[in-house]
Amino acid sequence: MRRHPVALMVGVGLVASAIGIALALIIDWFPTDAAKQAGPIDTLYDVLMIISVPVFVLVVCATLLSVWQFRMRPGQERQDGPPIHGNTRLEIVWTAIPAIVLVSLCSYAYTVLTDIEEKKPNTLTVNVTGQQFAWRYAYDQDGRTIETTQLVLPKDRPVLFKVRALDVIHDFWVPAFRVKIDAVPGIVTEVRATPTKTGTFEVVCAELCGLGHAVMRSTARVVTPAAYDSWIAEQVRGGSAGGGAAGGGDSGGGASGGGGDAAALGRETFVSNCGSCHTLADAGTNGSAGPDLTTALRGQSEDEIREDIVDPDKRVEEGYQPGVMPSNFSQTLSSEQIDGLVTYLASVSR
Amino acid sequence: MTAKLRAPGWYRAALFILLGLAFSYALVGVVRTLMHYPDAWSDGNAITTVSLIAIPLFFLVGLGCFDYWFYYAAGRPTRAEDHSSHGATSWKAYFRVNTDHKVIGIQYICVSFFFMFLGGLIAMLMRAELAQPGMQFVDSATFNGLFSVHAALLIFLFVIPVFAGIANYVLPLMIGAPDMAFPRLNALSFWMLPMAGLLLTASFFAPGGAFASGWTAYAPLSTDMPLGQVFFTIGVQFAGASSIATALNFLVTIITMRAPGMSFFRMPLLVWANFSTSLLVVIATPFVAASQFFVLLDRALGFNFFDAFVGSGKNGSVLMYQHVFWFYSHPAVYIMMLPGFGIVSEVLSVKARKPIFGYRMMAFSLLAIVALGFTVWAHHMFVSGMQAWIRVPMMITTAIIAVPTGIKIFSWLATLWRGVLHLDTPMLFALGFLTTFTLGGISGVMLSMIPFDIYVSDTYFIVAHIHYVLFGGSLFTIFAGIYYWFPKMTGRMYDERLGKIHFWCTFVFFNVTFAPMHLLGLDGMPRRVADYAEQYATLNLLVTIASFALGLSMLVFLYNMVASWRGGPRAAANPWRALTLEWQVSSPPPIFNFDAVPTVVGGPYEYGVPGAVHGIFQSPTEAKPTPAGSVATSPTRE
Repeated sequence: MRRHPVALMVGVGLVASAIGIALALIIDWFPTDAAKQAGPIDTLYDVLMIISVPVFVLVVCATLLSVWQFRMRPGQERQDGPPIHGNTRLEIVWTAIPAIVLVSLCSYAYTVLTDIEEKKPNTLTVNVTGQQFAWRYAYDQDGRTIETTQLVLPKDRPVLFKVRALDVIHDFWVPAFRVKIDAVPGIVTEVRATPTKTGTFEVVCAELCGLGHAVMRSTARVVTPAAYDSWIAEQVRGGSAGGGAAGGGDSGGGASGGGGDAAALGRETFVSNCGSCHTLADAGTNGSAGPDLTTALRGQSEDEIREDIVDPDKRVEEGYQPGVMPSNFSQTLSSEQIDGLVTYLASVSR
Repeated sequence: MTAKLRAPGWYRAALFILLGLAFSYALVGVVRTLMHYPDAWSDGNAITTVSLIAIPLFFLVGLGCFDYWFYYAAGRPTRAEDHSSHGATSWKAYFRVNTDHKVIGIQYICVSFFFMFLGGLIAMLMRAELAQPGMQFVDSATFNGLFSVHAALLIFLFVIPVFAGIANYVLPLMIGAPDMAFPRLNALSFWMLPMAGLLLTASFFAPGGAFASGWTAYAPLSTDMPLGQVFFTIGVQFAGASSIATALNFLVTIITMRAPGMSFFRMPLLVWANFSTSLLVVIATPFVAASQFFVLLDRALGFNFFDAFVGSGKNGSVLMYQHVFWFYSHPAVYIMMLPGFGIVSEVLSVKARKPIFGYRMMAFSLLAIVALGFTVWAHHMFVSGMQAWIRVPMMITTAIIAVPTGIKIFSWLATLWRGVLHLDTPMLFALGFLTTFTLGGISGVMLSMIPFDIYVSDTYFIVAHIHYVLFGGSLFTIFAGIYYWFPKMTGRMYDERLGKIHFWCTFVFFNVTFAPMHLLGLDGMPRRVADYAEQYATLNLLVTIASFALGLSMLVFLYNMVASWRGGPRAAANPWRALTLEWQVSSPPPIFNFDAVPTVVGGPYEYGVPGAVHGIFQSPTEAKPTPAGSVATSPTRE
């Protein structure tokens, strides 16, 4: 009679463990994986679940079995259980076995760690800079620094991200790559990933960085190596053309034509640089960290708009605090981009 | 009127608050004038910062926390046996400085539950905002303030002090002492607490809103925040000072005031748990004080501890904040859990009618957790950008700390085995704790694995883990303890049926609220955001609905406590047939606890041993050893 409930509970436990492990392994709980690093990390999760589920089921089943078997029955109100004070052999077993399992898990996790952080040849270095509340990227190509607000990566080439922060701590995280690292003011942190799928993946700030933290997003576009090469070459050309235009010489840049083109450039600049914090109906953005520009810009002159962009703390909209909007757009945006922004914003606020 | 203003109490406290304000205003004005600063007499930030330090201190003086020491220092006559501020005869006694550990225990518990309900309401506001993607109820500044205040209140004003409150009431009774070792220090520690809670709560009214940098207050975000941050920085100092003073008090009480015959290995495990916790508090809490002083100095006096702004030539260290902060805040997790382990040991043993399985290993595993607890702090920083190698030893120690915790879980299960289980409310909460805390412990082991942690840190997986540990762990043990000692504290029985309803609602809705958060985290939802992507909408709505039900089930508890305290049936001295000393005196206990000094003659958990007793109320020479004491059985050997 005594053995029977225990055997039943062992059976229930085995079935429950099997179901739990199956749920953990068969359903894909993770977002898309798009980097070499994702495989080992997802496998580590599977292994952890295969070990964790039976431990949890064991504790729950032992509790339920005790409640079922040993609950007080009528007539037992004054009874006590047997005075068992301990069992040294049992105590050694449940100290030693978890210790061995945990040390083995640590060893396995360590091999995964060295695997995902391994230095690889032919690594592309991308400089990532976080500031409230936007990400910027810089590539060193042909001795020139290409600055962009969109992360473009070649497929199947190892990438080393060198991450910096300009104001507070941010965290550079591409969930599809599974890896993240804090962007820390004063130091350069590093994280590695090797994209394996083409497509567009979200870049998320994972460390609380202030009002716009929830909207500090950007995208990583993984493209074929050929597409990457042509993109970077175009950036190099575009950069030189833009630089020439800024120097006041050659005016061959495609975007610096008439007012319509300036407004188009301005709109594009707005969407990628300002939209995460500002709502603007015309641009279709819905950020909420800063004032809603659909209404806030009414009746502002071009000069006032320009001042709001390059020196945002001079006049702060009522209900908002100074120091929240980055004050270095005059350095991070080209003068065409700022001109375009001013033209565009003036046109939509009329 | 002048007599009222001179005597310790609320009138004098109100007067002293005004004095504190005037003092702060004058101090800031004079110093700024001497330094030739602009706006010498009208700088709101400076005046507020100084007032926040001065006003609580002036209030404590006004209320009378320091009167006895001032008399002593001034050479005025003092009476060592002055018990005028001891004990309670009416509810009014709970609103003044009282040196009775039983009154202080109740004061602690009531104040911390007040802040639990406040923090819970704040959590439900957050869940309302998170019910759907997009922004509905609050803006992001308010939302960041809500989760910061929620965490700060529930950690510093609920879980840590409520354990101090329960132990304050029960611990001196359990070791056979008439009171704590330093009753006046005890009163002072308590009265710092409401001030800390007021500061944290009042930050909502500061210009710029409440502190919004999370309860972790990472620099340099916290050094750049509006004025509300100072309320946190200073509020934590008062909560921390209160905590340290209480822990010292517990240590001295446990070491010096045990009844004759109570060796360390005859102490109930709750006493062991509070001994371990107090060691953690005394060693670790000064570190959180330091981290917040650094922030205060950076903000108020222009120090550059954390100012590492690139290109400006400043070379502060941003990572230093996190190291100092987590050197406290990881042990704080055990400060918030070990007393709960003690409560569960008491409840399980009494309610299963069996001795605790492996008593000595239970005590040693507490000490092992204390020691290991200081070696794991940087597992909170696996993605912080600190030097890479330190992650590996921290991973190993973090995983290994699961071994002593596992010993405790398995020993509790073995205690249940073949017992006679009384499944009433305290027992249900203790059993519920066993399962939910195990889940929180397992996700903790998963998080210790660096590559997995790199992916899920700062996601909802962390939110789920911390709530399984602090709600499914700490709060369940708190409920178990409150129900278990309710008859002793109030002299009344609680309503068993309502207690069971409370347990089942809490258990079910707790799991429905927090289990889905694991999945949200695995799917990549970051924490501390008011807005999220469409893909997380379904689970978030489920979580929100369950969290409201969880909130409502707390009203059952509140009603049960209030109604039973006012009109519950009278409780017997020992309704649970427990052996420990607090149950051998009347409910509630006499003003000085024991009419005769008890002598301890056996272990605290000798259930099932025929004729076993833990303590007797006669002189040691007449006391006879009990047949089956687990340890030193003869009191004369001490």
